[in-house]
Amino acid sequence: MSPARALLRRDIMLAFRAGGGAMLAVAFFGTIAALVPLGVGADLPLLSRIAGGILWVAAALSALLSLDRLFQADFEDGGLDLIALSPLSLEAAAGLKILAHWLTTGLPLTLVSPLLALFFNLPAEGYVALIGGLAIGTPALSAVGAIGAALTLSVRRGGLILALIVLPLVTPAVIFGSGAVLTALEGGGTAAILFLGAFSLGAVALSPFSAAAAVRLNLAG
Amino acid sequence: MKKSLNKIKAIDLACERGGRAIFRDLNFSLSRGATLSLEGANGAGKTSALRIMAGLLSPSAGEISFQGVDCEVTDGEERGRFVGWLGHLDGIKNQMTVLENAQFFAALYASLGNVGRTLERIGLSRALNLPVQYLSAGQRRRLALARLILSNRQLWLLDEPLAALDGAGKGLMAALIKEHCEAGGITIAATHDPLGIDAECLVMGAP
Repeated sequence: MSPARALLRRDIMLAFRAGGGAMLAVAFFGTIAALVPLGVGADLPLLSRIAGGILWVAAALSALLSLDRLFQADFEDGGLDLIALSPLSLEAAAGLKILAHWLTTGLPLTLVSPLLALFFNLPAEGYVALIGGLAIGTPALSAVGAIGAALTLSVRRGGLILALIVLPLVTPAVIFGSGAVLTALEGGGTAAILFLGAFSLGAVALSPFSAAAAVRLNLAG
Repeated sequence: MKKSLNKIKAIDLACERGGRAIFRDLNFSLSRGATLSLEGANGAGKTSALRIMAGLLSPSAGEISFQGVDCEVTDGEERGRFVGWLGHLDGIKNQMTVLENAQFFAALYASLGNVGRTLERIGLSRALNLPVQYLSAGQRRRLALARLILSNRQLWLLDEPLAALDGAGKGLMAALIKEHCEAGGITIAATHDPLGIDAECLVMGAP
């Protein structure tokens, strides 16, 4: 097994073991999505209009839940030193950790989203935009989140600061993602999805480098 | 061990943490097969010196050079590719079994070593499928040792290698260092206890 595959495999394995947070993100996502219709009441037209927005906000919050462990767990137990000394560059390691985070949060969230959209009475036209949007946009949540996680490495219990750094930065994903669902309901174009894709690609391409730089600073600190 | 190092040199190294000088004018030169025991009071900067050697920390002054037959490496991250690291934090995951941890590190370091045989040598062959959280401190240390062997690196940097090990474990550590150095490796160990082998000794004092 190559070093890259080993790291990816281990991070996915840890996410599904005790304290890993993969199932936690899905459970949190499901809970928010189940609570909102109860809170708003049985106003079906209203629910179907806010479905995209609520599910996107819920996805952003759920992805955030397990982010603080992305580098922190390895930082606290010395594993990050060993990764830094391994044949993998820190950039590659950051990229693999982002991929592992997406595979264990973003992807499961995307897969359960059609089920949760039922709670919101989302019309059939909205499903493709919702599922496609989440599939395209959730990698940006993991990628931008990794930068925040790397920056807050040496802050003990940095979860709140992490949220304050990451949430403003993922706002574009939430806006374009929920916008895509709305425009699909109104029979509109694909502009929102294209913007979402551009944002996501940019975030995924750049974040391994910024995250690695922040990890380097914290290791030396 | 791909590129083979002949010599490592530290020239006038100095270290500052949080604006405070930890040590300065640290000099040494080690050839293939040498063992250096780094001694000094708590807070003398032994761990910082090891982190600087590994390239995990930048020195505030001075330089380190690893010299091979036809190469010289000074850059911190390139130096890290020669380092087998045994720190006081072991990076071992509680949620994984002994075997899973060892296999992960062997793969991460693209090791050619045999995981099963190494764990047997280190005395953990009966705990292979035990989650690491049930291991004793000494057994964890042995697992970290297995990883060090599997990393297959030429320069071993050991921070308190004897901590938590029992008598047999200390003997094993000494035998491993000896074997490593006979195979052309270099070992630098920060330690308070005698390693039990012939080693050059460098005492780090207050600046």
